[in-house]
Amino acid sequence: MYRYDIHDQTLVDERVAQFRDQMDRYLAGRLGEEEFRPLRLQNGLYIQRHAPMLRIAIPYGMLASYQLRALADITRRYDRGYGHFTTRQNLQLNWPAQEDVPDILAELAKVQMHAIQTSGNCIRNTTSDQFAGIANDEVEDPRPWCELIRQWSTLHPEFAYLPRKFKIAVTGAAKDRAAIQVHDIGLRLWRNEEGELRVKVLAGGGLGRTPMIAEVVREDLPWQHLLTYLEACVRVYNQFGRRDNKFKARIKILVKALGIEEYRRRVDEEWAHLKDGPQTLNQAAIDVAKGHFPEPERRPVAESAVVNFERLRSENRSFARFVTNNVTDHKVAGYKAVTLSLKRREHAPGDVTADQMDAVADLADRYSFSEMRVTHEQNLVLSDVPVDEIEALWNELEALGMANPTVGTLNDIICCPGGDYCSLANAVSIPIAQALQERFEDLDFLYDLGPLDLNISGCMNACGHHHVGHIGILGVDKKGEEFYQISIGGNSTDDVSLGKILGPSFFRQDVPEVVEKVLQVYVAERHEDEHFLDTYRRIGLKPFKERVYAK
Amino acid sequence: MPNNVDTPTEEALVPVHVDHLLLDGELAAENAWCVSYDAVNLPEQRPAFVPLALWQANKQDDELAPLLLSDTELNAELAAELNPLSVVAIDFPSFTDGRGYSIARLLRERFEYAGEVRAVGDVLVDQLDYMRRCGFNAMALRDDQHPEDALRLLNSFSVRYQTDVEERQALFERRLATSE
Ligand code: HEM
Ligand code: SF4
Repeated sequence: MYRYDIHDQTLVDERVAQFRDQMDRYLAGRLGEEEFRPLRLQNGLYIQRHAPMLRIAIPYGMLASYQLRALADITRRYDRGYGHFTTRQNLQLNWPAQEDVPDILAELAKVQMHAIQTSGNCIRNTTSDQFAGIANDEVEDPRPWCELIRQWSTLHPEFAYLPRKFKIAVTGAAKDRAAIQVHDIGLRLWRNEEGELRVKVLAGGGLGRTPMIAEVVREDLPWQHLLTYLEACVRVYNQFGRRDNKFKARIKILVKALGIEEYRRRVDEEWAHLKDGPQTLNQAAIDVAKGHFPEPERRPVAESAVVNFERLRSENRSFARFVTNNVTDHKVAGYKAVTLSLKRREHAPGDVTADQMDAVADLADRYSFSEMRVTHEQNLVLSDVPVDEIEALWNELEALGMANPTVGTLNDIICCPGGDYCSLANAVSIPIAQALQERFEDLDFLYDLGPLDLNISGCMNACGHHHVGHIGILGVDKKGEEFYQISIGGNSTDDVSLGKILGPSFFRQDVPEVVEKVLQVYVAERHEDEHFLDTYRRIGLKPFKERVYAK
Repeated sequence: MPNNVDTPTEEALVPVHVDHLLLDGELAAENAWCVSYDAVNLPEQRPAFVPLALWQANKQDDELAPLLLSDTELNAELAAELNPLSVVAIDFPSFTDGRGYSIARLLRERFEYAGEVRAVGDVLVDQLDYMRRCGFNAMALRDDQHPEDALRLLNSFSVRYQTDVEERQALFERRLATSE
């Protein structure tokens, strides 16, 4: 876990003071609504449908138990006793009072947290792989690199007023779990044949109303140049990105308009001046960053513990389900990562109560070196659990309502706040998620369906990533009424694809039925052990369409 | 406010309030310069910042200085033309238009321009810290801004992670130096 030194602490403290001053001037009428807007956004404060909303950064998803306890405390004192984990590894408060926000930020600063640049037209929180540092397919731990990017992008003097928001995602594994191809900049850390670390730089991906898959700017950037190269990428965007139309202002539109060759040429021309300049990284700086992410002091786990674990798995069906879906292999034998499901019918996907936060913090202390990760699927991960403690953890999670053995299944829905909270919404999304979870709660059925991403957004801004869901649901507005468009075939991992729309949209009450029909086609058509996405790719949209729109 | 005003049209000539100019970290005692956005006609008032092309066509008038609009593409040729000058203005058509920050940095860092770089247009007190770091040493505040706020906010941070016009060593380097 990254620990602040005096510099980091001073910076967040001064940021709180700065925002307090801005809020005071705003409340006193000395700072206009419009002038205050980017300032509050860059401190995470939105003004929403019912109330302000505060988005707290969880840099690359890493959270310590003491921080989660502080968050629980904040939600009790300043909000309604719960928080919402988002698809960008942040935590949102839905009901803070605007004038309390400087105090909330001051509380956050005490536990080395902030809300800097979680919103607004600037470089946002850098996201990464939730299994960073423990994945057995990892080439390089992305966290030290993410931290260096976090520092470089925080209060960057040149890039606070970009044409539009700017999101960077980093993976260091063979399998991309950070959706790097649908980010403004996606970075992949890899090693060449000589074993040297290289960075593949992608640009121009993004969702929203014009979803696009990123293109490769540079295949093999030596790591020393990461920050200077990023600076060149963002500077070209700052200067040439469109500012006349906010729907055409993302970097994806620039890359598309220029073509990747021309964008690359401009970046390289810019970079020629920055290369080997003062922000060039060196081994000592990397070593310091890496020093913040040491291997935890894992105890040896006996061979027999692994045997017992496997035995329990074969004997106990519920445990087996939990292990299959919620437990992930670890690079260290005898250890596993356990995903805590935040998807229960009673709550919006990603919501956690203050009491649950406290309880999870305790579990992290007892089972996983006091740390956890937030996933972009809106779940939590305890990354270092010895196999002989998984059963006990499972029982405790069961009691907390977080052992839903459905991670990665249809029930593990990614969902934006939608019409219940968001003023941009065309339609509600949380009730759709709940209706689907209710309809498809039979575990045998979910289990049989296998891995399935179902993503819901309440409007084309696509906060719920509907374009990259195997099944995507989008709220649309037709003459003031809520309708839902359904697409299939999207995917956010290495073989990324954008979903195709089935056809005309549906009434809210018909959505579960339509999803059921889509699933029936899959079940009828699949080859043995074939996943939904593969079946779709083999048979195409037509059979689904025919079934769904059959008279 | 529109996001992309290449030429703010409402008022082609903007006199800047005398007590609204920050120069080298202090309120300037006087500010004679006006800013003219008229691309064709020279203003009567002097001294004046006028759009780049108009300045280029009237270089003999040494009471004129160039106003760089935010879509200016600064290259070596243009920089060579600007380098001998004692003052250059960079326009912020809207405070949300961040192109001026890049222009100022390039002017200072790449082309080593040493004269005054003045921010004009939609210049708000909450932007001054970033402007200073990008190489502006003069900021002509928007009319409604309070100079006392400006002085207080000009240096809002004692820490910075990145390099910029003032600081040539990134924090990761400075940290290494102190830990040795
Ligand atoms: C409730 C208030 C919210 C508002 C007003 C809002 C607004 C927006 C807007 C306008 C966009 C589209 C931007 C663009 O395409 O340029 C967007 C995209 C996005 N938002 Fe939100 N959002 C909200 C909440 C959330 C939440 C709760 C999450 C996470 C669950 C989220 C995650 C995202 C993501 C991942 C995108 C993806 C699009 C992309 O990066 O290309 N947002 N949001
Ligand atoms: S997708 Fe639309 S409705 Fe959902 S949170 Fe984003 S802006 Fe709001």
